Amino acid sequence: MMDIKKGVPLIDQHDENGYWGGVFGGNQIAESLNYPIEQLTKEFEILRHDETFIKERDYYFKNFIGAPTPFIKLENLTNHLGGAQIYCKLVSKATGGAHKAYNAVVHSLICKRLGKTYIGGDTGAGYAGKMLSMAAAKFNLKCKIFMGAKDVERQSINVFSMRSYGAEVVPVHSGSQTLVDAVSECMRWWTSENESSHMCVGSTVGPTIFVKICAWSTAQISREMKQQVLETFGEIPKDMKLINCVGGGSSAMGFWNEWIDHDNVELIGVEAGGPEGSNKHAAPLSNDSPLGVLHGATQYVIQDDQGEIEETDSISAGLDYPGVSPLHCFLKETKRARYTSATDEEALEAFQLVSKNEGFVSPSLEPSHAFAEAIKIAPKLSKDTIIVVDSCGDSAKDSKIIAERLGYKI
Amino acid sequence: MSSKNLLNTFQKIGDENRTALLTYTVGGDPNADISLEIFKSIANSGADIIECGLGHGANIGDGGAIQDSTYRALSNGIKTDDVFKIIKDFKKEFEQNIIIMTYQNKIMSYGKDNFIKKCNESSVSGIICVDWPWPLNLDFANKCKASDLTFIQLLCPTTSDDRLKSILSDAHDVVYYISMLSTTGQKLKVGSEEIIKKFNQIKSISPEKKCIIGFGITQDTISDFKGTDACVVGSELCRNITSSINDGQNPATKIGQIVNDLKERLS
Repeated sequence: MMDIKKGVPLIDQHDENGYWGGVFGGNQIAESLNYPIEQLTKEFEILRHDETFIKERDYYFKNFIGAPTPFIKLENLTNHLGGAQIYCKLVSKATGGAHKAYNAVVHSLICKRLGKTYIGGDTGAGYAGKMLSMAAAKFNLKCKIFMGAKDVERQSINVFSMRSYGAEVVPVHSGSQTLVDAVSECMRWWTSENESSHMCVGSTVGPTIFVKICAWSTAQISREMKQQVLETFGEIPKDMKLINCVGGGSSAMGFWNEWIDHDNVELIGVEAGGPEGSNKHAAPLSNDSPLGVLHGATQYVIQDDQGEIEETDSISAGLDYPGVSPLHCFLKETKRARYTSATDEEALEAFQLVSKNEGFVSPSLEPSHAFAEAIKIAPKLSKDTIIVVDSCGDSAKDSKIIAERLGYKI
Repeated sequence: MSSKNLLNTFQKIGDENRTALLTYTVGGDPNADISLEIFKSIANSGADIIECGLGHGANIGDGGAIQDSTYRALSNGIKTDDVFKIIKDFKKEFEQNIIIMTYQNKIMSYGKDNFIKKCNESSVSGIICVDWPWPLNLDFANKCKASDLTFIQLLCPTTSDDRLKSILSDAHDVVYYISMLSTTGQKLKVGSEEIIKKFNQIKSISPEKKCIIGFGITQDTISDFKGTDACVVGSELCRNITSSINDGQNPATKIGQIVNDLKERLS
């Protein structure tokens, strides 16, 4: 029986081999990566307790990323749907337009501390790559971004940003040409270059230390939100539901981190169900995918009976990943979080409804999945229930896809 | 007795003052029939031990040449059982030991016990699993040992002295030294003397264990490794399988020629 310990940060609830619940995570890597991972693990343990480092982190979070991001009530959407009151943590207001900036800044600072001059990272929707190239430019690091060739095509706006910041964008043509292949290629690159280079995994996936660093970085979202909730309600509401999309899971981990010990706060993760009627969903948790090893960690992963990772299909590049963070596997097994999925069509409808009603909030296709769930459940709930949706990305990067789907030419 | 066979082979080669030649190609590349033909050609051309890749699409250790072979096999529908069948058919005619090189998810999805059983049935001698490092692999390695399979631990240039000693103390009869920090098939970026120095360090700690050297070894560099226990050539063979296919030739012919040449350069 897996249990979550209270009073212990979730990222530290793994065993000596890096497994949460004795099963999820671990460092299942080639021997050539053992040393740099040990080195990074030691360095991170020092830095996370180093006041100077924390001050530096907070300085960049506040002044460069713009923390805290707004916490607002979506009055019009609430009135339109009836039922629960819907709030939104507008993480898309973070510089660059998404939560990935937190992880990128922390990794860049660590890279500097390690005395390395090169940083490489993977990206799906392009946010992780965009933020990493942004941070790399600021901290004078050379930067290489690995991105599936299919994603390079469909997220060209973010690719343009990355190149503007001076990063080298490497299109990955192997396999499905999406995030899964980008992460594989990035790990291969790091295997060769780890003496002079640092790797930033763009989500809460990969070997244990990368899961930890990413979740520790995005935890800023819930740390500041807890304050905002207390300021807004004077107390933690008796019935609160936090809804977040889940691809790799970095945004949700950040949004939930401070709430794990609060049993009255329900955590709902929404995966990508893909096109209606398609089997190529990217929803390993809500579809009970089997356990597997992907990118160095044991997790639930979409795979065939040969252990080959299956292609996924989602309108949202950022959720188009066949695996999922070991932390989310752990939250699922301990029943601390509940996971469901939304289809491409539901996400598109949610995008339209939210944008039309709220104006200031125009979620990218990733958080549109979370909004789809909020829209489904809100009318059935009482007005005493507080729903908070993490709007972790802005729709600007998806305008081409959305316009095409809705029949506009831009 | 497969693992004993493997050790005996190494000992015999050592007694002859030779360095064992190992080859790596992907099982089922480009299809089951030609792959078997390639293995036979390799064996007839004098390879001592044969590594057979059980390819995995989401691999994290393979360079371009082996990735191409892997994707070719997988997209031609090669399954784990097909690879076992190729090995079994090969072993009907040839003595050479077969070592399977693969990734953890291939073993997990097949079922660990099932995988070992099937290795036994197909007369496989050893297993190398790229993404299953020590000590996480110990339970599985012990299971292999109990079933007379050699689980081959990996070592590399940045394996610390303490870790090296611990791994060697748990290792079975054979270990594998990754010559440089890279994926497979990159140009050798360290001098061979540096690699041999590390090889000697491994041998001084565990003189009784046989150590295979791999990564970056080609026709051009193989003669530098004369006098070591064993070395593997893989990517160069996979690259040539690709070019033979592109030229409309039977890859088995070309691969046989290269293995002959490698053998000569190593003797």
